[in-house]
Amino acid sequence: MRRFALIAIAIALAVSACSGGSDDTLTVYSGRSEDLIAPLIEQFKDETGIDVAVRYGGSAEIAATLLEEGANSPADVVFTQDPASIGTVALADLLAPLPDDVLGIVPERFSDTDGRWVGVSGRARTVVYDTALLSADDLPATEDGLTDPIWESDVGIAPTNGSFLAFVAAKILLDGEAATLAWLEGMAANNAPAYPNNSSIVSAVADEQLPSGMVNHYYLLRRLAEEPDATAANYFFAEPTAGSLVMPAGAGILATSANPEAGAAFIEFLLSESAQSYFATQTFEYPLVPGIPADPRLPPIESIPTPDIDLSELASFLDLATDLVIEAGLL
Amino acid sequence: MTVTAPWEPEGRGPVVGVTEPARPPSERTGRSAPWWLWVAGVVVVLPLVLPLVSLFGRVLGSSGAAADILFDARTAELALRSMVLTVLVSATAVGVGVAAAWLVTSTDIPGRKTWGVLAPLPLVIPSYVLALAFLAASGPRGTLATLTGWDVPVLNGLPGAWLALALSTYPFVYLMVMAALRRLDPALEDAARGLGASRWRVFWTVTIPQLRPAIGAGALLVALYTLSDFGAVSLMRFAAFTSAIYAQYAGRIDRTPAAVLSVLLIVIALVIIWAEGRTRGRAVYFSNRPARARTAQALSTWERVFALGFLGTLVTLGVVIPVIVLVGWVWRGASVGEKVSIDWGAVGGSLLGSSLAALLAMAAAIPVVVLMVRYQSRASAWLERAVFVTFSLPHITVALAVVFFAVRYLGPLYQSLTVLVVVYASIFLAQATGSAKASLLQVDPSVEEASRSLGKGPLQTLRSVTVPLIRPGLLAGGALVFLTTMKELPATLLLRPTGFDTLAVRIWSAADELFYARAAASALVLLVLSAVPLYFLVLKEPSR
Repeated sequence: MRRFALIAIAIALAVSACSGGSDDTLTVYSGRSEDLIAPLIEQFKDETGIDVAVRYGGSAEIAATLLEEGANSPADVVFTQDPASIGTVALADLLAPLPDDVLGIVPERFSDTDGRWVGVSGRARTVVYDTALLSADDLPATEDGLTDPIWESDVGIAPTNGSFLAFVAAKILLDGEAATLAWLEGMAANNAPAYPNNSSIVSAVADEQLPSGMVNHYYLLRRLAEEPDATAANYFFAEPTAGSLVMPAGAGILATSANPEAGAAFIEFLLSESAQSYFATQTFEYPLVPGIPADPRLPPIESIPTPDIDLSELASFLDLATDLVIEAGLL
Repeated sequence: MTVTAPWEPEGRGPVVGVTEPARPPSERTGRSAPWWLWVAGVVVVLPLVLPLVSLFGRVLGSSGAAADILFDARTAELALRSMVLTVLVSATAVGVGVAAAWLVTSTDIPGRKTWGVLAPLPLVIPSYVLALAFLAASGPRGTLATLTGWDVPVLNGLPGAWLALALSTYPFVYLMVMAALRRLDPALEDAARGLGASRWRVFWTVTIPQLRPAIGAGALLVALYTLSDFGAVSLMRFAAFTSAIYAQYAGRIDRTPAAVLSVLLIVIALVIIWAEGRTRGRAVYFSNRPARARTAQALSTWERVFALGFLGTLVTLGVVIPVIVLVGWVWRGASVGEKVSIDWGAVGGSLLGSSLAALLAMAAAIPVVVLMVRYQSRASAWLERAVFVTFSLPHITVALAVVFFAVRYLGPLYQSLTVLVVVYASIFLAQATGSAKASLLQVDPSVEEASRSLGKGPLQTLRSVTVPLIRPGLLAGGALVFLTTMKELPATLLLRPTGFDTLAVRIWSAADELFYARAAASALVLLVLSAVPLYFLVLKEPSR
């Protein structure tokens, strides 16, 4: 059977071509997209001579993959968009403690209390709004004002998105389970339109299909880069609640890593001045290392009212957050 | 002349034309399937069974939690919504797909070759890209409103999901029916027409009943694809069953709820598969005469206008509007200085992964289809169900089960192209078997019997008689697998070799970060690359 033989040969060839990754290669699982991170990886390779292989995926998928892989994971470093995804990996005891000199680079409040992951760049929760329809004065001081019936159908949310679920987990931590459920039910009663992710909410607002939506701050700046005259702006809640949380993208080293030194070097590189400036200017996030300026259009990170919250705890409330979102009927 | 006949004298299937009682070949000859065929069939289905076993394992090990989720009112509501969408999309896809295939193969509609290639093109656009494009085209600031000045409402919810999915799935029906029409002996239709039956009457009472296996196979693929889709339904903001499953993966350490919901999805898929089997009944669909070429029927002027309007609308919605939106994104990005280039590594990855998957699926389909059609039994029916059930599962469910298994038991094969290709072929095997099965049902088993009675062994008969006869169906199936693999995202993300890139991954990665110009550039490349195999598939007349 000629065809079978051909297939067998083709596959054998493909395998030999692709089975790779020697021991001194640093394997990074990145929940952050290649479009944003690839230039940094190249720079790291050039500077250190360390060979890096990166697997890109969504943060939730990356975390799920690590949970399935368990102790057999080939990963050395995990780098996710939000503290909750990396928190689930930490909760499953898959991360090794980071060296103190790495943890010391970033203010304590942006990292795991047990030192298993470190915050790399900050993303503020904001409300993106259509400036042709609304002004900042129209928006409430906290997310609790969004359940007012005047906002019916006007505030988009992404209930299945990692950032939104992390926000819900934070709200449970701050306000308690009952208040969080009541808020979610209020949003459901208000018919808050559900979108799959932050980017589709920002697109809907910029395309005048939706007046406003709860998102992370940097998606709007990304859209403005492609369409400078889009009529949309970010609103930062005035009071320290879950709605004004700054959530770091986090990085950590796998406990099973065969190459933890290279992993630490990589994380240190992410916290270096050049990488932090890259986050500020290219991804429009907040640099977390003190002294490096954020995009001038953004309010300074110190001016964002910050709720007193232990980010490490977010992951342990994710299951409950999902339960409440379902119970409120938002899914 | 035997054209269609019930397998059993008391069979419920349609009886068309002159019939003589015939029985399934296995009964007729008393032969059972050779052992090696079963070995091949089981080996082929093994990778499919794995995720199913792991799902059931998780659910059974979860004690009471599973029941809570199963009997939750919201679960029932989501299941109902998914079923409504599935029925709407399937009905639309069947109507549109059959009509388009018939117009292109059987009439003298002007430009039929061009229509023939354009009509199935929406298949190559990932449904999430189609959904993104419709969202960008509709609404007050959308492309349509900008170009025409009309007041265009936003397209989303059920109508949006229905439109996006119907457009991306009707090509399944179109391609299957087209392959079947080409193999169909037009003698019966000619005879009916000669006896004075109108064209409509011939179409409904002669052509359609003979196309049932192809329509059924296409409809089944449409229904199960719709059931497993996440991209289009979530972007169109239609809460469906898959949204719930994905949400469980995004927000939970506990994997039980996702597994329970997936098992429920399997049950829904089994119901759909069972229903399709019922509609097909037990008729047989082969002719023992060689097929002659179809004569193109002349359309009247009005029919021509109507037909052109229909195909034109289809192509406008499914191809022209998405392409305009994509080109607009590239333009917008380029005009503010964004670097837009073609990622050749991703092009190579897409082509390599998809062609290997297509070849493997075609090879794997042969034993499954022969067991299903020629050696019908309870076991071969379950073989078929496993193939279809896997097709209906969200890809993330299948992929995570494979991650769990491969990282523990497959050693260096984990994150290799081999595992990725095997998973591609497994997920999409239903497309290859569906299409090949429709072909094999049209082959008279007496041809194979003749080969056997002339002293050829079963393997030799398979090679030199059966496989060549079902080649159009196999190739069509392989092309479908190729085209859908090009679009595949969740399994690719989780299982690809580190550094292996595909166009679908590039589209997702860029669109997720709102780099629409780059996403659109990759989507356009995907479109062009996929159109090539489609072109050969559609234009290649079968050799007679």
